[in-house]
Amino acid sequence: MPFRQGLTIGTRPITVMRMEPTNESLARAASDGDGAAFAQLLERQYDGIFSLAFRLSGSRADAEDLTQDVCTALPTKLQGFRGEARFTTWLWRVVVNAAHDRRRRAATRARHTEGWGDWEKNRRAGDSETSEAVDWLTQAMRSLPEDLRDTLALVLDDMTHEDAADVLGVSAGTISWRVSEAKKHLRALREREDQV
Amino acid sequence: MSDEFDDLKHAMKAAMPAPDAAQKASHLAMAQKKFETLQGSADEARPTSDRPKTGIFRGVREMLSTLSTRGALTASTAFVALGLAVVVPDWRQAPQLFDAGYSVDEAQPVPVVRERAEADDTLGRAAPEAEMEIQEAPVIIVPEPLVQSAPVVSMQQDGAYTRAMPVPGDGALVQIEGDTEAFADADQNPLKVTADEPVSTFSIDVDTASYSFIRSALMNGQMPPVESVRIEEMINYFPYDYAEPQGDQPFETTVTVTDTPWNPDTQLLHIAIQGEKPALEDRPPLNLVFLIDTSGSMEAANKLPLLKQSLALMLPQLTEEDEIAIVTYAGSAGQVLEATSATDTDAILGALDNLSAGGSTNGEDGLRQAYSVAEGMAEEGEVTRVLLATDGDFNVGFFDPKRLEQFISDKRESGTYLSVLGFGRGNLDDEIMQTLAQNGNGQAAYIDTLSEAQKVLVDQLTGALFPIANDVKIQVEFNPGQIAEYRLIGYETRGLNRQDFNNDRVDAGDIGAGHTVTAIYEITPVGSPAVLTDDLRYGEVAASSDSDELGFFKLRYKAPGADNSRLIETPILAGGDVTDEMRFAMAIAGFGELLTDSPYLGDWSYDQAIALANASKGDDPFGYRAEAIRLMRLAESLDQ
Repeated sequence: MPFRQGLTIGTRPITVMRMEPTNESLARAASDGDGAAFAQLLERQYDGIFSLAFRLSGSRADAEDLTQDVCTALPTKLQGFRGEARFTTWLWRVVVNAAHDRRRRAATRARHTEGWGDWEKNRRAGDSETSEAVDWLTQAMRSLPEDLRDTLALVLDDMTHEDAADVLGVSAGTISWRVSEAKKHLRALREREDQV
Repeated sequence: MSDEFDDLKHAMKAAMPAPDAAQKASHLAMAQKKFETLQGSADEARPTSDRPKTGIFRGVREMLSTLSTRGALTASTAFVALGLAVVVPDWRQAPQLFDAGYSVDEAQPVPVVRERAEADDTLGRAAPEAEMEIQEAPVIIVPEPLVQSAPVVSMQQDGAYTRAMPVPGDGALVQIEGDTEAFADADQNPLKVTADEPVSTFSIDVDTASYSFIRSALMNGQMPPVESVRIEEMINYFPYDYAEPQGDQPFETTVTVTDTPWNPDTQLLHIAIQGEKPALEDRPPLNLVFLIDTSGSMEAANKLPLLKQSLALMLPQLTEEDEIAIVTYAGSAGQVLEATSATDTDAILGALDNLSAGGSTNGEDGLRQAYSVAEGMAEEGEVTRVLLATDGDFNVGFFDPKRLEQFISDKRESGTYLSVLGFGRGNLDDEIMQTLAQNGNGQAAYIDTLSEAQKVLVDQLTGALFPIANDVKIQVEFNPGQIAEYRLIGYETRGLNRQDFNNDRVDAGDIGAGHTVTAIYEITPVGSPAVLTDDLRYGEVAASSDSDELGFFKLRYKAPGADNSRLIETPILAGGDVTDEMRFAMAIAGFGELLTDSPYLGDWSYDQAIALANASKGDDPFGYRAEAIRLMRLAESLDQ
């Protein structure tokens, strides 16, 4: 909702249009202590955080926990937002790191794998076609090594290889390589299935 | 895209649940609460945060904050009621001064040049370059109320600056610029379960940059960002008087186990390494090539001018045998001083005086030239080192950090070392500094004041310039029969793989003459109430051992220039003489943990850290420890 406001520079009145603030400007204002900017920023990004958390962890419960981790860490982390990366790139990096922390903590507590390993419990009942697709998803994701899984969590949401590379701190070439590795895995999995 | 890939994508979309509304509301509320709490504690620290609606003024504030030198602080105190006028010659050069995203407090006259109709994103991306321009704009303080001529922003100072902490009186300036500082961000070392992972391996670290950075932030009244805190660099900032080496060993290792100050149920394993202090007259001649960044950003008083003063301080430490050359890099690289005997102070100081900042940074050419000058100077039995002085921007030339790293480690093999002296704040790229120094077998120090220059280049010059051992790696194997859990404090960026320990081709940190290195583990004995992890129901039973050793300590190092490493090993037993030196190191470790909001401290607070540091301060000839205690006090009041 744009509004107009009269401003004066020297003696000349000037009119400014108010536009939707960018993520970057909100983040900078928030890191300067602007609570309203922080609220607006998080509200705007919440669903995106949750959906990446889900793609990374593979269950609703884990995604909720992970989202909570990210939400509580953000106020502190934001102070380190330097504005040289796009805000979302920075944010996805925070989410991926939080997911790694969680996996590491889980690994010290117990040896069984969490997340994509526990899929069965969380499978959505009902629509059998969906359920079959979800089975395939679970099985596929579970069969992939962790770095490929993280990469897919990003690129499955139509993120470019360059952006995913920025988030994961590797080169775009590495992402492309991982994606092609993942495709190879998936193809092999499909072939094995088809033989059954 | 393959079919499988698309299938996966569709399946993912189908499986994706919508976030639960109640959960979402509660998460948002929680985050907001955390945010408010954090701001409450940071208000003192951030003089500019108490008027949240003025986000639009960020650019202006950045200019203003460059005034927060000692003189200007006094000045702005005097101007509280008068106001500051900042003159920027061309507003079109500084588009980020207003930010389309924010409504404006009507009481404030605000410069606006034109309507912002560009896409939002352009604004965000354009900001960093724009900030550079702003820093070069002249800033004039006019001690008169609101001077109104066309391109003038006037902004009432509300006196917030009077609360900022003044810089201590050593005549040097501290300033905060745009936020383009980058840190090597590594998560805190996690707690390890001995039964799962009994072996811990890391490289030693003698860098001190993190401590100076933290000091400079606190002195400015700001809590340092968590990712700037590297606890091992804080601990190793201080010289310690540990047991001296005997016989032929270049250093002595002392391993001590004692109670943890912050947890009655755990213990600290304190590892002290003391390098030998060779007699000064025996030292080999030095060839020093100063590679000085003279790009435009180095112009600030705490950069090039401070560097010149620092080098002038250092010269009296050198002898006739030592040679100095100076190479600069900016738009183009060039050698400004041929190899000159260090006693020819006129020639050296003259060359320094002629340096002036300008142009962008061409790091690659500069580095190549510095190395080629260094190679020309090197002779058998001499120590050759390139000292890179920069504010951290290495943005022309090596676009690929990997290539830069490779280049420097190749040069290291050829016997030329590299140390990095960081100056100024604002675009200090801590990660690049770290990478450069780690790969160049050198030290990364951050020089923010003349007294820091004195510490690095005068008091500890021998340690900084004469390596006595290369590639020093430490490996500790804990005995699961005695120790349930352990955690290495700090050294996050220095972790090594278990197999790297015996692989002499894996690079690690170096020790200079007289250096001390300290590493501290927090260990939890078996059966202690502090054990955080439960036994596994189905896990295999840990191999039991009757040994009462807590663990086994191994250290590998190479004599300078040698290819093969030597091994030192010793069992770790409970006890050992705890000295004040060790207690002080623990107080600093605790301080670092407090700064990073470590979950392991319980109720232990700054008060206890200060008490411990005070009690163990000991002989403090240079006043470093007293300064640390002052910083703890500052952090305590800033962290309320």
